[in-house]
Amino acid sequence: MGMSAQQIERLIKGEIPDAEVTIVDLAGDGDHYSALVVSRTFAGLSRVQQHQKVYSALGGRMGGELHALQLKTAAPEEMDSG
Amino acid sequence: MAEAREQIEEIVRSNEIVLFMKGTELFPQCGFSSRAVAILEHLQVPFKTVDVLQDPQIREGIKEYSDWPTIPQLYVKGQFVGGSDIMMEMFESGELQQLVGTQAA
Repeated sequence: MGMSAQQIERLIKGEIPDAEVTIVDLAGDGDHYSALVVSRTFAGLSRVQQHQKVYSALGGRMGGELHALQLKTAAPEEMDSG
Repeated sequence: MAEAREQIEEIVRSNEIVLFMKGTELFPQCGFSSRAVAILEHLQVPFKTVDVLQDPQIREGIKEYSDWPTIPQLYVKGQFVGGSDIMMEMFESGELQQLVGTQAA
């Protein structure tokens, strides 16, 4: 069983309220997603730490219920430069 | 589980570049692992792969080891670098080439 894009977005925003979340259902099968998460709370964190925040928001579903989520994270200022 | 942790530590310590993945370099069993291998091959540096599907203890242990829920996982010089998305970002920016000591193409 997969998760819907709305569920994923809700979970992420539950833990990172200011997050701007863009989710694409890559295969149209509700199982392979790509997500871009931009949040001020990512400022100063390494990529690994940013991703860990998102994984933590997904509360253990990553790698289980949610198999395939391509993830890109950034703080707003990183978006401008990169 | 403590045993798996020691085993992982030993692998990470004794290999400069090691990728924990699903399947083997020749036959990756997952698209993300396949992408990770492709990136490393592109760097033209020697690397070791560990097939987590061969050992359930390693498969679970590696997730706890770096508090990272997914596989593949790349380690360079004993440090956790990230999964395939981070590898791709770092490859595109040239950071990965720098980390493994090759010049960006």
